[in-house]
Amino acid sequence: MGNFLVWVIWIGAASGCLASGVAVISFTNPFYSALALIGNLASLAVLYLLVSAEFVAAAQVLVYAGAVMVMFLFVIAYLGGRADAPWAGGPRWLRLSAVVAGVALMAEVVVALLWKSDRLNDSPKIDSTFGSPAEIGRLLLTDHLLAFEITSIVLLVAAVGGVVLGIQAREPDAD
Amino acid sequence: MLGPSVPWYLAISGILFGIGTVGVMLRRSPLIVLLSLEIMLNAGNLALVGFSRSWGVSDGQVFALAVMAVAASEVCVGLGLIVAMARKRLALDVDELSELRG
Repeated sequence: MGNFLVWVIWIGAASGCLASGVAVISFTNPFYSALALIGNLASLAVLYLLVSAEFVAAAQVLVYAGAVMVMFLFVIAYLGGRADAPWAGGPRWLRLSAVVAGVALMAEVVVALLWKSDRLNDSPKIDSTFGSPAEIGRLLLTDHLLAFEITSIVLLVAAVGGVVLGIQAREPDAD
Repeated sequence: MLGPSVPWYLAISGILFGIGTVGVMLRRSPLIVLLSLEIMLNAGNLALVGFSRSWGVSDGQVFALAVMAVAASEVCVGLGLIVAMARKRLALDVDELSELRG
C-alpha cells in the first residue's frame, strides 16, 4: 500500500515537473514562464523528498521557489513583461534544428542512463540520518569545508558584481 | 526503496535537461534563456540527489546545495546584466546583441 502511494505521488510530481518545464519554454509572456518555473521547482522538491533528501527539498523551496523566483518576478515586472513568441524570428530551419538537437540530447541521456541502470537498481538501505540537516551540516563543516568556503566567496563576488552592474547602468542618463 | 528506483529519477533529470536545452536554443528573450538555464541546473541537481540515494551517501546532496548557490549567483549577475541592458535601451533579444561577433 505504501509502495503504491509513493508511485502515485512520484507520477504526479514527475508529470507536473515535465509539464511545467515545457510550459516555461512555450509561454509567450515571461511572467507566466516564471510562474510555471515555480511549479517546476516545487514538484522537484517533492521528488527530492521521495529520495529522502529532506534538507535539499527544504532549501529548494526556500532558496529557489522563494528568493530566486522573487528576484525573477521583480525584474520581469520592472521590465514590463514584453511578449516574446517562442517561434518568432530567425529562419525556420534554425528553430526546427534547435528542437531536433534538444530532443536528440534528451534521448541520448535517457538511453545512456537506462542502459546502465542495472548497476543503480539495488539501492542500499539507508539509515535515518541520510539527508537530514544534521548530516548535511556535518558534511559541510568537515569533508566539504573547502567547497563550502569557496561557495561563500562566489556568492560575495556575485553580490558585488550585481551592485557594480547596477551602478554602471545609471551613467547613460547623464550624457 | 519504496516507489520507483533511482534510474526513473535520472530519466526525469535527463528529459528536464533536454527541455532546458531546447529553451536556451529556441527563445530569444534573455529572461526566458535564464529561466531555461535554471531548469538545466535543476536537472543536474536531481541527478546529483538521485545518485546520492543510489550510493547511500549524502555527499551528492552537499554538491546539490553548492549548485544551488552557484545558480543564485548566476541569477544575480544575469538579472543585473538584463536590467543594465534595459536601462541602456538595448533590445532584449539575444539575436540582436551580436556586437561581439567576429
